[in-house]
Amino acid sequence: MAQYVILIYENEDAYVDASPEVLQTAMEAHGRFAGQVGEHGGKLLGGNALQPITTATSIRGDVVTDGPFAETKEALGGYYLIEAPDLDHALEIGKLCPAPYGGVEVRPVWDTSGG
Amino acid sequence: MTGDAPGRDAAVTAAVADAHRREWAFVLAATARVTRDFDLAEECVQDAYVAALDAWSRGGIPRNPGAWLTTTARRRALDALRRDRTLRSKLPLLIEPGPPPAAGEPAGPDSGTGPGGGNDAGWPAEDDVIPDDRLRLVFTCCHPALAREAQVALTLRLVCGLTTGEIARAFLVSEPTMAARVTRAKKKISAARIAYRVPAAAELPERLDAVLTVVHLLYTTGHTAPDGDNLVRADLVDRAIGLARMIRALMPDEREARGLLALLLLTDARRDTRADAGGRLLLLEDQDRSRWDRGAIDEGTALVAGALRGGSPGRFALQAAIAALHAEAPSYGQTDWPQLLQLYGELLRAWSSPVVALNRAVVRAMVDGPQPALAEIAELELDGRLAGYRYLPAAKADLLRRLGRNAEAARAYQAALELTGNAAEREFLSRRITEVSAG
Repeated sequence: MAQYVILIYENEDAYVDASPEVLQTAMEAHGRFAGQVGEHGGKLLGGNALQPITTATSIRGDVVTDGPFAETKEALGGYYLIEAPDLDHALEIGKLCPAPYGGVEVRPVWDTSGG
Repeated sequence: MTGDAPGRDAAVTAAVADAHRREWAFVLAATARVTRDFDLAEECVQDAYVAALDAWSRGGIPRNPGAWLTTTARRRALDALRRDRTLRSKLPLLIEPGPPPAAGEPAGPDSGTGPGGGNDAGWPAEDDVIPDDRLRLVFTCCHPALAREAQVALTLRLVCGLTTGEIARAFLVSEPTMAARVTRAKKKISAARIAYRVPAAAELPERLDAVLTVVHLLYTTGHTAPDGDNLVRADLVDRAIGLARMIRALMPDEREARGLLALLLLTDARRDTRADAGGRLLLLEDQDRSRWDRGAIDEGTALVAGALRGGSPGRFALQAAIAALHAEAPSYGQTDWPQLLQLYGELLRAWSSPVVALNRAVVRAMVDGPQPALAEIAELELDGRLAGYRYLPAAKADLLRRLGRNAEAARAYQAALELTGNAAEREFLSRRITEVSAG
């Protein structure tokens, strides 16, 4: 088994102006996803939703700036940390991850334990 | 291969070169299962081929060179693994799937073209149970998580055993660029844990399509080199046909694998007639059909029949059926254009591609005349997806020429000329410009 991070990139505007029903649907979708990970041979180790990029502060060297590191149409809005036997399983799980206003990026975690 | 020692038997050198071409994929795939690391596997397989030169000179060429090479390479791999146990523990290894996928895994090691079968006297019994891992190797090289150009490079490197330099020359990039591309792809396979396996039945159609697309791309790159002086880069073409043969033998029930082999054979049957003695490009209508390779056409046509049977055919089977109709027509004028138009319609439904739509428009001109075809091409121009595609202005120019609209034809030929670097094609287009400008 190896660890992968599923990075969720979405257009934030979709959530900023969203109705309570839309937000509720999104919450339910993520709740279902948490249950599906195990059914697809993986294990959910953790994850979080992030506050919008308007709350982000970037630091390069000593310079502190207001805003995210890179301005893009779709911003990192949350992530999951999962465990999966191989990339095919991780991608299968990634495909189930809700991201109706964008998509997800699956990245293997660098195992630095030296084993 | 490495340089000849004086007095070395030419037959041995030829046998090793032949085994390199035929058996590389089998030997590497079987060795990678031991090393679980492509770099080490390649090194051991290289060594085995070098060792073969000496061993076969002394003891004769074994009846089953593939088995000999596999045993030797795997033995070297095991030695290296014993020596470097600590170093190896730090390496990310190829992932062997735990339980084998429920379906899609080929049944047995003996699949027709591999050295797995045959019980050569004098070889330990274990040689006969080395599983045929070539499909795993091919599917791993063509995994969708790798960029297409990386899939192509890895397939040539690992499945065909070409050197990085050879691949770089085939794709007209520098050797360091190609080396970086191959290294990056191998690193992703191990770091992201792309499993060394044949996909399960559910994902097989899509994954097989990716594999066949890579082989087809190799063929078309060789068939019409995008730049340079030779119309056909024969080595790439031969490698692509070899790969298509191998995949078809390993997956005999896959109709698209059959379709691709048929398509390549039928297209390649015309190879010798695509240019005249002076290297000038000849169109289908001007080719000497008596010089088409009848053997390849017969083999391809027989394959098409099987690829079309049983449910709606895939895009390679349909393309092969189109190529077969051309191959069987006694002359350009006697081609069954209405039947072709129908096949192109089916192909467009199976594979919605603007290139197919362009080809269909060209065939439509043969059935309904140039005018409606020009209207279809005008739509494709508006669509924009074929911007920069040299065959669009070339096809348009040809229709305009047939309608006698010479000034417009000349402009379209000029547009096509500006989009190609292939010397034979440039010469052809320049010739057409002169013709329509004079007439």
